Amino acid sequence: MNFDDTPQEAAFRATARAWIAANAPKQHEDELRKSSLGRTQLKNANILDVAKAWQKKKADAGWACLHWPKDYGGRGASPIERVIWQQEEGVFGKLSAMFIIGHGMCGPTMMAFAREEHKRKYLPPLASGEKVWCQLFSEPAGGSDVAGLRTRAEKDGDDWVINGQKIWTSGAHYSDYGILLTRTDPNVPKHKGLTMFFLDMKSRGVEVRPIKQANGNSDFNEVYFTNVRIPDHQRLGEVNDGWNVSLTTLMNERMSIGAGVATGFPELFDYCSSLMLDGGPAIEDRSVRSKLANYAVKASGLKYTSMRAISALSRGERPGPENSIGKLVAGSMIQEVAMYALDLQGAAGVVSGPEDAEVAGRFQAMLLRAPGTRVEGGTDEIMRNIIAERVLGLPGDIRVDKDVPFNKIPTKGR
Amino acid sequence: MNFDFSDDQKQQLRDQARKFLGEKCPPKAVRVVLDGKSPYDKELWKGLAEMGFLGVAIPEEFGGAGAGHLELCVIAEEMGRANAPVPFSSTVYLAAEALLIAGSEAQKTKWLPAIASGEAIGTLALFEGTGNPSPKNIKLTASNGLLNGVKKPVPDGAIADFAILAARTGSSGRDSDISLFLVDLKAGGVEAKSLTNLDPTRGQAELTFKNCKAEPLGAAGEGWSILTQVLDRAAVLMAFEQVGGADRALEMGRDYALDRIAFGRPIGSFQAIKHMLADMYVSATLARSNSYYGAWALSTNAAELPEAAAAARISATQAFQHCAKNNIQVHGGMGFTWEFDCHMYYRRANVLALGLGSLSYWEDQLIDRMRKKNAA
Ligand SMILES: Cc1cc2nc3c(=O)[nH]c(=O)nc-3n(C[C@H](O)[C@H](O)[C@H](O)COP(=O)(O)OP(=O)(O)OC[C@H]3O[C@@H](n4cnc5c(N)ncnc54)[C@H](O)[C@@H]3O)c2cc1C
Ligand SMILES: Cc1cc2nc3c(=O)[nH]c(=O)nc-3n(C[C@H](O)[C@H](O)[C@H](O)COP(=O)(O)OP(=O)(O)OC[C@H]3O[C@@H](n4cnc5c(N)ncnc54)[C@H](O)[C@@H]3O)c2cc1C
Repeated sequence: MNFDDTPQEAAFRATARAWIAANAPKQHEDELRKSSLGRTQLKNANILDVAKAWQKKKADAGWACLHWPKDYGGRGASPIERVIWQQEEGVFGKLSAMFIIGHGMCGPTMMAFAREEHKRKYLPPLASGEKVWCQLFSEPAGGSDVAGLRTRAEKDGDDWVINGQKIWTSGAHYSDYGILLTRTDPNVPKHKGLTMFFLDMKSRGVEVRPIKQANGNSDFNEVYFTNVRIPDHQRLGEVNDGWNVSLTTLMNERMSIGAGVATGFPELFDYCSSLMLDGGPAIEDRSVRSKLANYAVKASGLKYTSMRAISALSRGERPGPENSIGKLVAGSMIQEVAMYALDLQGAAGVVSGPEDAEVAGRFQAMLLRAPGTRVEGGTDEIMRNIIAERVLGLPGDIRVDKDVPFNKIPTKGR
Repeated sequence: MNFDFSDDQKQQLRDQARKFLGEKCPPKAVRVVLDGKSPYDKELWKGLAEMGFLGVAIPEEFGGAGAGHLELCVIAEEMGRANAPVPFSSTVYLAAEALLIAGSEAQKTKWLPAIASGEAIGTLALFEGTGNPSPKNIKLTASNGLLNGVKKPVPDGAIADFAILAARTGSSGRDSDISLFLVDLKAGGVEAKSLTNLDPTRGQAELTFKNCKAEPLGAAGEGWSILTQVLDRAAVLMAFEQVGGADRALEMGRDYALDRIAFGRPIGSFQAIKHMLADMYVSATLARSNSYYGAWALSTNAAELPEAAAAARISATQAFQHCAKNNIQVHGGMGFTWEFDCHMYYRRANVLALGLGSLSYWEDQLIDRMRKKNAA
């Protein structure tokens, strides 16, 4: 067990640090530092433009998608080097938020299932942020139960014709490409009739309609497909084997959202250090200290759990279901942290406008964004099922629809 | 950077310890002590000495294996899993660590080899009734090398051969009023009374000192600072014991959930039970990760040790309590019987939660230490 850099790691760190110091968009550093879950906006700049520019700069210098092979726009770096980079990138890493789905899920799925010429064509501009990707899985009828989706793909010559609707698609409104899970055979049980594709979001018949979220932002969308044509060579994996393909995506999703999810703890600790409560700093209050300590050990527990996972990765092990705990723990923690910070503010906690609210309203923004964290990328309940079944080996839930042809499954609860 | 006990040697040590404890310390053996038929498992204690486990972190020059603290963490975890009814934590984490930190050459030469060979049981007599570790709570006095006062509860105090304790040697109102002493408990002047306690597999006693002879341990007035270091080191080691206990309780719950049928299904197929077990896994995992960090800090004597120790302590305490109580819940009515082993872990979890200062004490410590680090 060793936390210190090896000489090679130290050299890598020094190079990364020097490059970041010379190249990062420092004019935004302060605003990025103050931003938190639910509020990553820049006052005087379009964050998407700033993010794309930073990503391109990194890619040109070989610092984008570090662990990807060089041929596909990466650096072929080790898992540990990737961590070192993230540590050094610091607040500028927040700019990567709009690329998470593309880099974390779409890219690895393309790498595993796309043709070689497609990988060479599509992956480098994805790595460099020039092209943004989205993940078109969820539907009104298939969220947790992804395999319950209804969007149809029908073969027509060398093309597939897509009809249906996706929902909650993050970033679809600024995405160039997407990976799309469809139903290709409704006459077989639901997991056996799915097929995966990637497509150009500018294709004819694709319509993106932003959804206003509970927190007032519009980061996700409905996406409608009307006779959209996708050439067969953009199929990922075999026909009707889409479930297996999507499992690869979801496994990578676990790794990329599971590690480094926001907990709100550093923000709360800072806040309690400066907040005055009954004449003294809040952090000197016994009950505040107790709360802080409880959040502190969750946050550190998550941090070291992900470091253990990275150590395992660097020994060549695959990311396992145990990585589901990051999002599960952080999701409800950030919600509680936000509620607690507002509780400390008393009546003033109701004020949420960044100009007037305490600490620019960061906890109010967290509070309103947090419910989404507990749902996106698999709900708390699904995460617990995964841990119970895959890690602890408990029996799977009873599935009444498992062997029923998809078109015979009831569609209404009552 | 490598954040794991991945070393083959440590894996081997773990397997070796688990196998040994599986044979020598089955629940049946724990129950002999639980039922009051013996104050501790003497055979097991001897076996642990023969395996070299008692002296694993004691330097070779003092009769130990000199392997180091990572190795001791591995053993501690296995001791927790097995719920071993021996004075391991008091002797090895508390007494031996205090000697290693502050003992004179003569004290080390006398006691450390005796610990490693299983001949001497040691303890740390810290508490004097209710309250958490604090110089203010120490009333027992030492003057002219004579101790007067009462310590309680003292872990394994009735079976220990020697005790290390904090006594008041000044009246300035500062931490420097406190000094540490070493007392040979078999030499007279101390009266030991066993106390009925939550977990009979680890005894507790009241020690009454009347003009009892004692030798100083470490410099006069340094007692509190040494004690703080001892407690930090013990907190990490104890955290591993707690992680081991938490893991075992989780495993018991999982196994029962797979076997027990209700409403025509294994209860492990009900989501209420699955999710309870998943949450147990989560708390045990967070505790393990925090403890690994503590182990790293302990084994390298890093500046982060005080903070890491407090975090490991809190996280592991929470995890063991959480897993032990829900293990009983998963077992339903069976879990509430003496016959099932669930209550042994429940008892141990709650006793370990208090023995080095309670959760609220360590919460306070953690935030203090984090503040100091941030200010620095
Ligand atoms: C902010 C945000 C961004 C998102 N981005 C994307 C995206 O980019 N691409 C994409 O494809 N999707 C995206 N999603 C969709 C997300 O993956 C789904 O919302 C999620 O999987 C849950 O599905 P659902 O909303 O249909 O809820 P449902 O599945 O209808 O769940 C409703 C409730 O029932 C519970 N439940 C369901 N099944 C079970 C079960 N078996 N056991 C116990 N409880 C169960 C759930 O836990 C939940 O509490 C996003 C969602 C959010 C909130
Ligand atoms: C102190 C005490 C006194 C008692 N006194 C009496 C008495 O006087 N008379 C009498 O007849 N009985 C008595 N009982 C028995 C008591 O009613 C049962 O223990 C209780 O009903 C639980 O049943 P069980 O022990 O078989 O647990 P199980 O049914 O085996 O349950 C084990 C676990 O599985 C869970 N579980 C079981 N089924 C489901 C499900 N469908 N969904 C989700 N979770 C589930 C349970 O909640 C529990 O956590 C007593 C029990 C105790 C502890």
